[in-house]
Amino acid sequence: MVSTVKQHRTALGRARGLGAAHHGVGGFITERATAIALVPLCLWAVWAALKMAPGGYDGALAFLASPVNAVLAILLVVVSARHTQLGMRVIVEDYIDRTSARVSLLLLNSGVAWLAAALAVFSILKVALPGLTAH
Amino acid sequence: MSDSKPDAAEAAQLTRPSPLSPHLQVWRWHVTMAASILTRATGVALYGGFLVIAWGALALAGGADSYATFAEVMGSFLGRLVLFGVTFSIFYHMAAGVRHLVWDFGKGFEPKTADMSAIASMAFGLVAAIVVWFLAMMTGSA
Repeated sequence: MVSTVKQHRTALGRARGLGAAHHGVGGFITERATAIALVPLCLWAVWAALKMAPGGYDGALAFLASPVNAVLAILLVVVSARHTQLGMRVIVEDYIDRTSARVSLLLLNSGVAWLAAALAVFSILKVALPGLTAH
Repeated sequence: MSDSKPDAAEAAQLTRPSPLSPHLQVWRWHVTMAASILTRATGVALYGGFLVIAWGALALAGGADSYATFAEVMGSFLGRLVLFGVTFSIFYHMAAGVRHLVWDFGKGFEPKTADMSAIASMAFGLVAAIVVWFLAMMTGSA
């Protein structure tokens, strides 16, 4: 048992005044908000994959030439990146105790997720808007 | 321990490493435990699925040749196996996510209900994946 002889204060009392970061639930809420958004987006993604697979290169180009499809694809990529980055973050925080390894993996996780998302969004825009990147 | 000073005891308490989440090997097998592990495992698999989508988009933007390479890899036996795993992961993880949202509202914690929703999520994931792949084969996608 922790002695309270010298400190007649509860754990809450000691923490009070030190201040909370005030963003403790941010990740929790974002994880759920992105999860809700990903239900329709993933159903659309499965449908899109079935639609694109038989058409080859030209079929995929034609599919993303539709503004609705291009916008949904971008949403899918961005929301997936955020959700996946948050989920992997929780796994790293749960199992990696050493600070240096934990911080390195968290940075790597964010880097991979956002780099992949940026490359994918740029690629979708390039395909959907051929005039944008024409020389 | 009676001779140790209160200060030292408290200091030891404060410097103790933060507790880690329970690891896989310390639990007796149970369906809710399996569902929990599977939720995490499919989440990791979907990280891979996300990277496959990003690669596909990049390959498409790269032109017909790079897209053909992407299509060839994903159309191989191993590629199809991975894609089936991703399909199952999408639907299982989706069901598990809905299950967690219900829990967030404080409902569904009764052991029998939790067991049933775990089994239902797994069944949904498997059935939906099989239906999608059946449709894919019917429409010439796979």
